[in-house]
Parts: sequence; C-alpha cells; structure tokens
Amino acid sequence: MAGTLSVAQALAYVRKASEPEEPPPMLLSGPLVWVRDNLFSSIVSGLTTLAFIALALWLAPPAIEWATTLAVWSAPDGSLCRQHQDGACWAFIAAKLDYLRFGSYPVSERWRVEVVEALGAGLTLWLLWPKAPRRGWAAVMFFAVYPVLTFVLLRGSETLGLPTVDTLLWGGMLVSLLTAVVGIVFSLPLGITLALGRRSQMPVVRLASVMFIEFVRGVPFITILFMANTMLPLFVPEAWTPDRLLRPLIGIALFSAAYMAEEVRGGLQSLGRGQYEGALALGLNYPRMMALVILPQALVMVIPGIVNNFIGLFMDTTLISVVGATDFLEAMNNAFKDPAWSGPTIVASGYAFAGMFYFVFCYGMARYSAFMERVLAKGHRK
Amino acid sequence: MTTSSLEASNSIAIDFVGVHKWYGRFHALRNINLSVRRGERIVVCGPSGSGKSTLIRCVNRLEEYQRGLIVVDGVELTQDIRRIDEVRRDVGMVFQSFNLFPHLTVLENCALAPIWVRKMPRRDAENLAMQLLTRVKIPEQSSKYPGQLSGGQQQRVAIARALSMNPRIMLFDEPTSALDPEMVKEVLDTMTALAQDGMTMIVVTHEMGFARQIADRVVFMDNGEIVEINAPKLFFDNPQHDRTRLFLSQILR
Repeated sequence: MAGTLSVAQALAYVRKASEPEEPPPMLLSGPLVWVRDNLFSSIVSGLTTLAFIALALWLAPPAIEWATTLAVWSAPDGSLCRQHQDGACWAFIAAKLDYLRFGSYPVSERWRVEVVEALGAGLTLWLLWPKAPRRGWAAVMFFAVYPVLTFVLLRGSETLGLPTVDTLLWGGMLVSLLTAVVGIVFSLPLGITLALGRRSQMPVVRLASVMFIEFVRGVPFITILFMANTMLPLFVPEAWTPDRLLRPLIGIALFSAAYMAEEVRGGLQSLGRGQYEGALALGLNYPRMMALVILPQALVMVIPGIVNNFIGLFMDTTLISVVGATDFLEAMNNAFKDPAWSGPTIVASGYAFAGMFYFVFCYGMARYSAFMERVLAKGHRK
Repeated sequence: MTTSSLEASNSIAIDFVGVHKWYGRFHALRNINLSVRRGERIVVCGPSGSGKSTLIRCVNRLEEYQRGLIVVDGVELTQDIRRIDEVRRDVGMVFQSFNLFPHLTVLENCALAPIWVRKMPRRDAENLAMQLLTRVKIPEQSSKYPGQLSGGQQQRVAIARALSMNPRIMLFDEPTSALDPEMVKEVLDTMTALAQDGMTMIVVTHEMGFARQIADRVVFMDNGEIVEINAPKLFFDNPQHDRTRLFLSQILR
C-alpha cells in the first residue's frame, strides 16, 4: 500500500515555475538562401532553372532590340520602315494613332470623346480606390450620371449645340472601350438578377431565368451578335429599331450576363442556410436580406470568376466587327490598307501594339481583382 | 410561482393549437398544443430528431406547418408575408451556429436591423447596439469582426443582435451546443440575466442545470410529440412518463 502510493507520488508532477518565453533560434534567411531553396533545391530544379534562364537570354534580347533600338520611331511614310525590316515600325502607330483612337469620328468633335474618356478614367479610379472618400457618390455618378453624359456627348444634342455624330463614324479604341464598359456595367446587375431568378421560389421566374441562361450559354457569341443584328429589328417597331452600334452592345451585355449569372449563383450556393435564417429572423425582408447580407458575401467570394468574365468580355469586343462595327482591332486592319504604309514590319508592329493595348487593360483588371481580394480578406477572416 | 409573474401571465405570448408538420412524408410535429404565457420561461428538451428545433422554428416561420394554428402576440401566423414580418420583428432568435454576418463588424451586426427594419437613424442604432453589447458584457469587441471572436463571445453578440429589435419573445435553439465547454457558462449567464429581466423565452437546450434553475416549465418532446410538461422540480425529481425517465437516465449521470 505504502509502496504503490510512493510510485504514484513519483509519477505525479506539479509545476513550480513557468517556462520562460524564448525567441526562436536564428532562422536561415537572406537572398542566397532563397536562391538555394527555390531555384537550386535539387539537380532537376537547378537544371530547369538554368534551362529557363538560357531560353530567356535567347528570346528576350532580340525581341527587346526589335521593339526599341532597331525600331523606326518617326517617319513621314512607310519607306523608312521598308528599309529597316529588322525593327518595329512605331512610326506607323504614331501616324495612325488618331484613327486608331477615334475611327472616323469627325476631327473637330474629337474633344468630346476625350472628355468622356477623361471623365471615365477619373470616375473609375474614384470608384475602384478602396480608401477614396464618398465612393457612394462615385457609384451614383458612374452608373447614373456618366452613361447619360456619355450618350449626350458622343451622340450629340442639337439643343446643346453639339452636332449629331452618326454611330457609323465611331471607331477604334472608342468603340472597344465603350463596348467593354457598357458590357461590364449592364452584365453584372443583369447577371445578379438572373442568378436570383434562378434560385427564386416562383416557378415562372425560375423557368424564365433558366431558359435565358441555358439558351445564351448554348449559342456561340458570334451567333448572338448576328442574331442581335438581324433579329432585334424584327421584334421592335420600326421607329424604335436599335442603332447599328447599339445592337452588338445589347448582344454582348446579354451574352455576358448569362455567364455572370452562373458565377454569382456559385457564390450564392456557397453560403449556408444560416445566413438566410439569421437575416429572416431579424425581420429583414427579401430585398434587404439579399442586398445587405447575402450578396455582399456571395459576390466577394466570386470576384475571381466575375473578373475572369470581365476579361473575357473585353476580349470578345474584338468580335463585334463581324456585324460591321469598327472596334480597335478592325481599325488597325483598316489602317494597314493605306498604301503609303505597307510593308511586312508594319503589320507586325500594328498587331504587337494591339496586343499590348488589350494586355494592359486585361492585366490591370486581373491585378485589381487580386488586390481587392486581399483588401476584402483582411476584413473578415472566417 | 410568485405573484408578480402570475400577474404577468395574464396574457398569452405564444399559443400552439393542434399544430402538425410534415417533411415530405415524415410526420415531424404531431398535434402540438402549448400555451406560453407572457414572461414565462420554457425549456424544451428531448432526444435529437424529436422535433424541438422544428417546434420553435415554427414560431417565427423559419419552418411552415401544415395543420393547426400558432398565434404569436395575438397575431396569427398565416402565409401572409406582412404578418410573418410583423411576428419576426417581435421575436428574437439565437441559433446553435450563431449565424452572425461575417462581413460586418460586431457593432454593424447589432445595428443592421434597427437601421433597415425600424428605420432608426444610424447614430441612434449604433448607440443602441453599444448598450446591448454592454449588456452582454463585450462592448470592447464592437469594432471587431465575428471571425475574430471566441465562440462564447460570438453567441453573446448573437443575443445582443436578437435584442436589437427589442423583441417581446426570445427563442434559443441549442445556444450552447456548438461551444467549447469553458464558454458555456458565459452564454448561460447572459441568458439567465435576460430571464431575470422578465423576457418571454423558449429555450431548446441540453443544459439541465440551466433548465432546473431558470425554467418555469420544462417540455419534454419525443418522436414529434409533447410527452410531458412539468415544473422543473417535478420534472427532474419525479418524472411521470416512461420515456421521460428513460431520457433523463440517459443524459443525467
């Protein structure tokens, strides 16, 4: 008896003093350690690194030389470019820049486009910068005031003394950016509406949403464009026949909305029933529950998908030329037809410039989306 | 029962009359009859799947019932969405999994419904929210997000949020079941304080100590029906029905 007690006492333990808190041991860090751990951690990894460095050294310098030191930066016409065929012909872009920006928009009225572009850029920055003051106002301006102002300025208004400019004359970056902005501004709200419709309790609303989404998703975009171009005039009274540029704009907004709806639906489905019940139990009605509780969470979750759609939409603007609109890429193709500027390097330079134009906007959207994800993730860690 | 609570019990807060509910073919609630007086504290217990949660979720119409009648504060629950909203404004609910809004701060969680449902000015709503957070003893957490709080703190925020609509009735659906053991007490203390202030409460819980201390009546449910209703002392010390005795023998050791 006494023996077992002493064994138990020997196994029992009571702490007398707390362990001191100590700093971690010296960590191995620094650039050399990073290079060893990430680039040369094994033989295969080291060989891969070397192979890619070699590839970069082989490909990059000629491309950079072609675009910079060997390039023709200014010339009155294409003859200088035809003599220097080992470099890009940026002089062509410089000579055609106004046409690439405005298409056939009358030269005397181009300031109107520039005002619209400057306002758009300013408002976009105001709206997208998370710490900017009064972003609510920015949203009102961007979604309510700006579209009206843009329409009046670009289209013209006799009462304001602005001559009307037919949309057939619009072209270049103006049309590309306009199409993208209209598509983005209309497809997101429409997509959200369709997503909510698809999850509605009302069978008619649900069926209509499902039919629209599945129909649009099952048809190629070019088909939608042709249909918008030829069928819209059939369905509306002649006096209301949509403008030739408006038809592809409607087409792209509807097309993008169907894909947006499916992204948003994914976000809605990822929220548990508890969020709905929490909101309902407080007495929030359906619109407030959606606007204040459900959508803010669902949309944040699908930001990558939404931005992916925006990027796709921006690329798809190049297709509206099939129904006769002169987007930026089409304007570039038109510019190649100038006999004063014909030559092999000119076409290559033109497409390189077009590629950079699209890349800048799409990469910008991608980076902004990544930035917003980080900002919003800070707010509510789950 | 004291005289003051007898006086308070003159009016009926919630009346269940012959309520039936089915999930598909499954008969989830069977002929429920129960009158909850104003200021009364009811604890509902029973094995899992017995219909306790379904019962209280019918009170604010998170669940529909197919037959019978529920009258809350004199308002009969029907399909009419305006009546449902009226009842929901009057009935606060606290859930097992808190259901706080993770994208809003603690303060915003508590001020949301007063601002948007009661149309209270933002400043007043935030003052009210701070008062309620003080009442549940976490005013210092008001600017944090729910995900940064412990389970017990989140549940106390959920209680404050439910109180923000100034409800006359509070429903608790297993409020401590998702909590780590060391956090159960802080939530039960908050609920006890609420009970002592005279709130009408229906609490679904397995905390038998709480039931014994706070409940005016304990309702035991099994298999979708009410098996026994009794004062806590009689319920625990001298249960009448076999199923009650079996249940108590399983959970009390």
